[in-house]
Amino acid sequence: MSVPEDLNIDRIANLARLALTDEEKVKFSAQLADVLTNIEKLKQVNVDGVEPTAHAFPIYNVWADDVAKPGLPVEDALRNAPEKRDNMIVVPKVVE
Amino acid sequence: MSHAAMSSELFNKTIVELAELLAAKTITSVELTQAVIDRTQSVEERVKAFNSFDAAAALAQAAASDARRAAGQSLGALDGIPIGIKDVIAVTGQPLTASSKMLANFVSPYDATVTQKLKKAGAIIWGRLNLDEFAMGSSTENSAFHTTRNPYNLDCVPGGSSGGSAAALAAGEAIATLGSDTGGSIRQPAALCNVVGLKPTYGLVSRFGLIAFASSLDQIGPFNRTVEDAAITLQAIAGYDENDSTSVKVEIPDYRAALKTKKGPWRIGISKEYFGEGLDPEVAAAVEKAVSFYEKMGCVIKNVSLPHTEYGVGVYYIIATAECSSNLSRYDGIRYGHRSADAKDIVDLYYKSRAEGFGPEVKRRIILGTYVLSSGYYDAYYLRAQKVRTLIRQDFLNAYNEVDAIITPTTPTPAFKRGAKADPLAMYLCDVYTIGVNLAGLPGISVPCGFSSSGLPIGMQLIGQPFKEADLLAIANAYDSAHDWAKRTPNL
Amino acid sequence: MKYEAVIGLEVHVQIKTQSKMFTRVGAGYGQPANTLTDPVVLALPGVLPVMNKAALDAIIKAGLLLGCDIAPVCKWDRKNYFYPDSPKNYQISQYDQPICLNGAVEIELPGSARNIQGEHKSIALTRIHLEEDVGKLNHEAFDSLVDYNRAGTPLMEIVSEPVIKSAEEAYACLTSLRATIIYGGISDCDMEKGQLRCDANISIRPVGETKLGTKVELKNLNSISFVRDGIAHEIKRQIAVVESGGTIVQETRDYDGMTGTSQSLRSKEMAHDYRYFPDPDLMPVKVDVAWKARIQAECPELPFAKQTRFQSDYGLPYTLTSVLVWDKALADYFEEAAKLAGPGKAQAVGNWIVNDLQRELGAAKLDLGDSKVRPAHIAELVNLIAAGTLLSNAAKEVFIDMAATGETPSAIVAKKGLAVAPTDTAELEGWCRDAIAANAKSVAEFKAGKESAINGLKGPIMKASKGKANPKLVDETLRRLLSIS
Repeated sequence: MSVPEDLNIDRIANLARLALTDEEKVKFSAQLADVLTNIEKLKQVNVDGVEPTAHAFPIYNVWADDVAKPGLPVEDALRNAPEKRDNMIVVPKVVE
Repeated sequence: MSHAAMSSELFNKTIVELAELLAAKTITSVELTQAVIDRTQSVEERVKAFNSFDAAAALAQAAASDARRAAGQSLGALDGIPIGIKDVIAVTGQPLTASSKMLANFVSPYDATVTQKLKKAGAIIWGRLNLDEFAMGSSTENSAFHTTRNPYNLDCVPGGSSGGSAAALAAGEAIATLGSDTGGSIRQPAALCNVVGLKPTYGLVSRFGLIAFASSLDQIGPFNRTVEDAAITLQAIAGYDENDSTSVKVEIPDYRAALKTKKGPWRIGISKEYFGEGLDPEVAAAVEKAVSFYEKMGCVIKNVSLPHTEYGVGVYYIIATAECSSNLSRYDGIRYGHRSADAKDIVDLYYKSRAEGFGPEVKRRIILGTYVLSSGYYDAYYLRAQKVRTLIRQDFLNAYNEVDAIITPTTPTPAFKRGAKADPLAMYLCDVYTIGVNLAGLPGISVPCGFSSSGLPIGMQLIGQPFKEADLLAIANAYDSAHDWAKRTPNL
Repeated sequence: MKYEAVIGLEVHVQIKTQSKMFTRVGAGYGQPANTLTDPVVLALPGVLPVMNKAALDAIIKAGLLLGCDIAPVCKWDRKNYFYPDSPKNYQISQYDQPICLNGAVEIELPGSARNIQGEHKSIALTRIHLEEDVGKLNHEAFDSLVDYNRAGTPLMEIVSEPVIKSAEEAYACLTSLRATIIYGGISDCDMEKGQLRCDANISIRPVGETKLGTKVELKNLNSISFVRDGIAHEIKRQIAVVESGGTIVQETRDYDGMTGTSQSLRSKEMAHDYRYFPDPDLMPVKVDVAWKARIQAECPELPFAKQTRFQSDYGLPYTLTSVLVWDKALADYFEEAAKLAGPGKAQAVGNWIVNDLQRELGAAKLDLGDSKVRPAHIAELVNLIAAGTLLSNAAKEVFIDMAATGETPSAIVAKKGLAVAPTDTAELEGWCRDAIAANAKSVAEFKAGKESAINGLKGPIMKASKGKANPKLVDETLRRLLSIS
């Protein structure tokens, strides 16, 4: 199966922040092409006037009252953090 | 095949049987839990259903259960029953890995709502069960840790993604288990491992604390040895949750009582779309025998049409991957999870942590999902898929004007050999009979209905109407209580 | 060639709620790092969002105050992008179905003089939508530290049409918008605390051209005056670029208010692809007539309406109203004092508030609510003066004492013996006769028709009375005596 021309794997991998090896790029491109071909048949379906389903059972106005509850103690909040200092998460220097 | 394992071992009993023994104080929960632990320690090397388990924590809970019962404060049928939990459902203080290297060292600081509910029912929270990484797969071969084996044939897969949940129960390593089902991840492994697997109506069981794969499709459900056990387990976990905006406020009936009060006869639908090309003849024959059973008990069997079935897999792989591409963005190596050791800057940290932390199937789905949502493709893929989803849903609702439930095979074939489906598309097609239920948000249950000539289990699927689990369970129980397929335990 | 600027504003305002937008852990400013988090804020595996009802009420109120159409149905979308201050790496926002559409901000342009009302204009809004704030990055020498306390705070984004023509208009727009939001009790809009943040999209074009020029997004305008200065600077910069033969590139620039310079942050090539799609974890919102009516009933009168009313109902001059109406608490204070003081005294009340009270508050660095001077004090003071019992110099002294002690004006007057003393007409008449006798020249001039000459007589009388003579009585007595002598 050939790779669709518009499947720019580098652009997609960049959006997804996923480093792919050259091998993965070739393999995934071909596999995705297969899947996309299978998906192509959706284009045969007449969907004129059909509403999209975002929720299986759409209900409205599901909310909570604005009452503050206790959160996580900071030590629990940071327990799984790979690197922390001064009760904050350390990341490589972000240059805006 | 010998069925010597038709044993009276505690670890192979049902919740109903064990609840009676516990209530009569014939056994204690500590004895039961110890029996499950011992069984696990003796077979786990072959089955590999667990990512981890904490025997001491389980025994402490069992002791607490016994103390309650001694004080006359038993919490009901689940009090003291060890229930295994798929490793995508949060339990405070326990690992929560999704069988991913990304979360290999993650310990949950909070309980999922279902975990809380099981604890309130007195259940022993037992072990972390293996799965396809982030619930993406149909064989547990995508686990970053190890592949779970099918207890009925260790060379075969147990199905997936909740393969650990199905295999552990079949192997006697738990009395019941919880799994999650996005496109068949409870029903398919249940069918392959000779147990009952229920995917409730979307919104019946809270998703809070379930690691999201595809939010609009995911639903937690139980694995059990009988339909009656499924009714008991569902009773404990169902209900509106203020922490899940998609959970629905509906009256929760007494599911176990409904098994006795709802007696049929029912109108049962058959759809030719579920008996076509690719269906193994032995599977077809087993399901047809079940259909005859219903017919003999006086049910009306009707043909129903589900014309958009063939588009299910396509719709599913667009919606599920789009949602997962966004849901899995949080795994970035910043606040928790795997962080690459050699990132040179923040962007590199994302790239490498995610590349190192995710396995190939997860990457594949993130890439596909990112693609279908990206600028210029949304309408052609995601929006169109949502519209076809509407049509698939309408097919079912139309059919329910004529029937109470629809019967189908759960899977096209019995369990396949490990490594047999290297091609992702072939693997995706395993879900062809189960996907429609998720897309339409319906309840579906897989019930054991036979064995293949090679001794592999076969399951049938019953698909019910929204929030009518009581009826679906009653219909399933009519068959299940009249057969004893589940008593054929594996030789391990 | 003459150029004109075209400016659109994007204003982010944190909504003042107890808990966060999609989870109930407390929201707030100035807490120790990462103490306002929970599993949802941190985007731990498995968590789900639940809407905050109060934030919805607040944005509907903002929409109603700004004349927006409130959408009968709105939904939530995920805006996908990776950034370390964004825990989920997507922001829950509203993409194609925001809750508020259209609407406008009424502004007043500077008048020809300080005491002259300027022209009013309406700045059209495109939309207002609800979303969640991100965490805060603290940049250190070799790395950055993330604090998620702010993450998940309800945030509304107000987007104007590109219809603003100058830095002054942008300034007026932001000032009016801020006052409206504070009036509604929706946010405190403290820019130092990041409760209000403003970005501006700026382009220029030759006057007469209808096509929009290439726009530059100006960020980090973190005070209202920086908004004015930054935009003015950017317009000048763009004109200079074009006049020197260059072209404007589409980019985001960072304005540094301290140095008054800007620098490029990123160009258009890095444009985002946010992959918006409906958030499957949240249900849509339906706003019915009853809900809107309930919020409408809570909507206060806005500054410009109040200004018109103060002018017509109380006869206040523009200068006083332009101070009073922009602070709702001050305006309410004025109204209470004016009502207590009674008819015809509103302007005096206004003067005391705008001049003396404001000065005292400023000097003591107090908020109005903390002042010991209450509206009843001002009303009483004004009435003592009007009745002639208190002279204005003495009144100033009373005010200062009142601000310090909170005692009533009459108590202070009694305590300090400041009352205009003898109302004893005999003694007063004696002083007046003495003054007439001693100042023949002034008497003659007055009788010759020079009205002001009477003042020459008053000085000696005040001196004789040690300042306690009631000037009104002195005037009356003098005129009576002069007319018969």
